[in-house]
Amino acid sequence: MDIVVENLTKTYGTQKAVDHISFRVKTGEVLGFLGPNGAGKTTTMKAITSFLVPDEGSIHVGDFSVDEQAEEVKKHIGYLPESNPLYEEMPIIDYLKFVAKVEGIQASRIEEKMREVIRVCGIQKEKHKKISELSKGYKQRVGLAQALIHDPDVLILDEPTTGLDPNQIIEIRELIKKIGREKTVILSSHILAEVEATCDRILIINKGKIVAEGTTDELRKKSQAHEILKVSIEEGDVNEIFKALQSLDETELVDFINRDKGEFEVQSRTNQSARRSIFNLCVEKHWILTQMTPIETKLEDVFRQLTMN
Amino acid sequence: MKKIGIITGRELNAYFDSLMAYVLLILFLGFTGFFTWIYGSDIFYIKQASLQVFFSVAYWTLFFIIPALTMHLLSEENRSGTLELLLTKPLSDWQVVVGKFLAPLMLIIIALVLTLPYYITVARLGNIDNGQVLSGYLVLILFSAMYISLGLFTSSFTKNAIVSYLITVFIGIFFQIIFQMIGSNLTGALGHWLNYLSMNAHFDSMARGLLDSRDILYFLLFITLGLVLSESMLIKKRKA
Repeated sequence: MDIVVENLTKTYGTQKAVDHISFRVKTGEVLGFLGPNGAGKTTTMKAITSFLVPDEGSIHVGDFSVDEQAEEVKKHIGYLPESNPLYEEMPIIDYLKFVAKVEGIQASRIEEKMREVIRVCGIQKEKHKKISELSKGYKQRVGLAQALIHDPDVLILDEPTTGLDPNQIIEIRELIKKIGREKTVILSSHILAEVEATCDRILIINKGKIVAEGTTDELRKKSQAHEILKVSIEEGDVNEIFKALQSLDETELVDFINRDKGEFEVQSRTNQSARRSIFNLCVEKHWILTQMTPIETKLEDVFRQLTMN
Repeated sequence: MKKIGIITGRELNAYFDSLMAYVLLILFLGFTGFFTWIYGSDIFYIKQASLQVFFSVAYWTLFFIIPALTMHLLSEENRSGTLELLLTKPLSDWQVVVGKFLAPLMLIIIALVLTLPYYITVARLGNIDNGQVLSGYLVLILFSAMYISLGLFTSSFTKNAIVSYLITVFIGIFFQIIFQMIGSNLTGALGHWLNYLSMNAHFDSMARGLLDSRDILYFLLFITLGLVLSESMLIKKRKA
């Protein structure tokens, strides 16, 4: 089921939480929402689940309008809210049974469905415990289990891996990826590595607006019009090397990384590469080139560039 | 309908799991039993084979017990955020409201069923008017339903259960006595309307066995009002 969001706007008092956002998520795609705190990620997700009524704009899940056919939309959505609210006084198993019934799963299939999510989410041993007795990570798993129990076509996860330990995080990421092959998944996170690892496409939101959109590679490339190389050259006068590098046609800027070891950072002019020239230069001057590594822009840098000020 | 039942079932289970149900049943049966049979103007003092004493004791006992049953219904969901979970499931706001409304009502009906021994005892002591008893039980149910729907409404706009309890009792006291107190001192339209709003007259006439559709309408009106207002609070929350 595709999700189509058009011109979504939501204002709290005088503050615009979401400002005319439009995007589309296709079936079989995992979309990552990235953005600093208060950027509007949660608000957008709440609007898709029909919990919040937007001031403007329309949202369609499949053929259903969230505004007009909320009941239908809700049947197809599995939602894990940010704070992962649960009925703490209930045992896991009773809680999941309650959710299964509310989701309208046939009575004869409830047992089977429950067994499946309990296995997938790894809460087999804890299933008779009260939710209030669980650690944060296990609560998070219960939250995921309730979102998955009715096999939804659309999965909306607001910071799904908070509170999990590294092993669990990897498990949950794998799970999300697996689910994402057949279903539509939107997840939000402020952990960049997570988004990079799980999402097919990333949407960076800042101050209620989409500031960038694309795959991880596309985003990197956008901010990487200038090639940056880390170059180490031995057996030569450092200052002379510096000047020679600076005088190459393709270089825009040269900087020392480590003066004593002869390590430089070379930034090329827009859409040019200085790699060949550096190599030829070293050959010509009989310097020994021990390292030439392109420095990759990390998603962190892209994120910072786009969301600062 | 089925969805409403699921919500009611969960709430009812929560009453029994948290022992709340037992505490309230004991309180209700203890109070009404004590004042009906043992102390004050009890059945032996009045010397009539009628349950009217019980009905008037229940009038106040239920008044204080019901807000305790309803105070957490929506306020707790507001506080813990589970309301978000509930409202993003395939349930309508109305189903949530009615489901929650029915749970304490069921509990009150259970409590009333447990007073059946009162009826049996009185019926053995003398000639009891069965019509009056039925009418009395009916008004107790309607009366409870009215305060439950008020309590549900007050729990919908706060995150604090105690606040809900106090507001319910505060509003309730107007219906219980204040409207009547003011109304009886006033003449004209205002006095008439205050007397109509007062719970007393409606309750008393039904407890005495006078089944009047206008009295039933009075209760149904306020029950519906409470439910509609609760639902509108949920809708308002989505637009906030």
